[in-house]
Amino acid sequence: MFKSWFALAILTSWAAMALIGPLLPLHPDSVDLQKIMAGPDAQAWLGYDDVGRPLLDRLISGARISFFVSILVVAISTVLGSLIGALAGYVGGAVDFVVSRVIDIFLAFPGILLVIALAGILGPGIDNVIIAMSSVGWVGFARLARAQTLSLKTRDHVQAARVLGTKPLTIVLRHILPLISAPLIVEATFGIASVVIAEAGLSFLGLGVQPPTASWGSMIRDGTAYMLVASHIVIVPGVALLLIVLSVNLLGDRLRDWLDVRTRLSAG
Amino acid sequence: MNFLLSRLASVLFVAFSVATLVFALMYLAGGDPVDYMLGEFAKAADRDALRARLGLDLPWYQQYLNFLRGVVVLDFGESFHYRKPVVTLIAQRLPATVELAVAGLLVAILIAVPLGTLAAIRRDTALDRGAMFFSLLGVSIPNFWLGPLLVLVFSLGLGWFPVSGRHGFASLVLPAITLGTALAAILSRMVRSSLLEVLNEDYIRVARAKGLHPFTVVTKHAMRNALLPVLTLLGLQLGALLGGAVITETVFSWPGIGKLTVDAILSRDYPVVQACVLLISITYVVVNLLTDLVYAWVDPRIRVGGR
Repeated sequence: MFKSWFALAILTSWAAMALIGPLLPLHPDSVDLQKIMAGPDAQAWLGYDDVGRPLLDRLISGARISFFVSILVVAISTVLGSLIGALAGYVGGAVDFVVSRVIDIFLAFPGILLVIALAGILGPGIDNVIIAMSSVGWVGFARLARAQTLSLKTRDHVQAARVLGTKPLTIVLRHILPLISAPLIVEATFGIASVVIAEAGLSFLGLGVQPPTASWGSMIRDGTAYMLVASHIVIVPGVALLLIVLSVNLLGDRLRDWLDVRTRLSAG
Repeated sequence: MNFLLSRLASVLFVAFSVATLVFALMYLAGGDPVDYMLGEFAKAADRDALRARLGLDLPWYQQYLNFLRGVVVLDFGESFHYRKPVVTLIAQRLPATVELAVAGLLVAILIAVPLGTLAAIRRDTALDRGAMFFSLLGVSIPNFWLGPLLVLVFSLGLGWFPVSGRHGFASLVLPAITLGTALAAILSRMVRSSLLEVLNEDYIRVARAKGLHPFTVVTKHAMRNALLPVLTLLGLQLGALLGGAVITETVFSWPGIGKLTVDAILSRDYPVVQACVLLISITYVVVNLLTDLVYAWVDPRIRVGGR
């Protein structure tokens, strides 16, 4: 029904739009008052928005925003969170206590709420969006890495490294993180899906990328006001968003099943 | 009893820290609310007077203590924007959010339990695959798009429900579906996998061998045990539901806490933001505590092990 190759194709074109977008002759901000809310034509295959800007051009420049924001946020969160969590789990004691309490506090905020509040306080703009999402995003990775490290730290090879006088950071980097990377990678994959939605959500609320720059979230918001007369304005960015999140989630599921030895053995 | 006390202590600690964090965020946020309230060209004397009345001229630790005292006695000061006590605003908006959250939860359960059960019983059939694709779709569709889409079809197209606002039952339907879909998707997966695990147990085989009706076996014997992990997940996911309410309320102009929060953030109405964020987080923490307690109450194994 919705196969992996289809998901891969969608994600590849997402990346392609983000990377090649600047090289294309796009006019995402050019206003054509004759074409307000007009349907597709030769210049704009997906029609025009509420001020007469070509939707396809805006879609492609929005792809760039969502792609780079999600890659950056997930990269920062994964690296920071895994390091903090694994170190806390390995070192234990007071460090672990403090880190665990900080994680508890962050987890007390329901999902997107803290991101919305942070983005609101920092003020609109793409860098603040990245900062807000990263400062919340690391927590999940830290919790996961910590729990995994706790189950690993008594393994023989870790003990041996410790006896040899290896520094905690080196042990974590070379002897622990490689072994717990599988669940972290799965978490990072799903992380991309939630960051794509969160970025669009912030822009939808007016807390993300500022006009006239195109973001899929702000395109949806602009479109909701004109649904009765021009529903394509709200449908186009939403379909793009849905396809990408769906593809990421689908591949995440496949990756999880594949990395989980138990299901692989029982299936094969 | 020890279990209860240690859980209560950690909830109190987290609540206190959340309050501190919320205060710190707003304090460090910068931007003078007085500018916003009076405009940039107000007289210096007027600004100082207002600042003193709001307690903004005090050093940070005084403001912090005032804030903490306010949290305890439920006095969050006055909204910069509405010029009303924050508590009054929240009291006005709270019923709408509770209504929406309960309705969203009901939608999620009413979809997830039958769907997950069917998928588990008819494992590896087209029905199962269809249900799981729906689940994947449900977690992937952003609620700020699902909402407008539902409005497009059911309000503008078919004219069944109002576009926005809160006027009677009809206006609750679309927001509740918008809010409940993601949770329904996650729950149905959980119901399915949890039921599949239970269905392999010996006592299910016994029940079947006794010749009990398959419906009775599933609903009476399997479901009771299968729903335990689902219950825990439900508690954890309520946070996502509350977060989702913030966006759903904005989509439908639903006059609840979520919309109040977003409006307050956009207009830099700090006292309202502080109180709303605190309220939502503490609700979430308390719900998780209750989930733990209910779990212990429902499952004798945990209750006995805890003693």
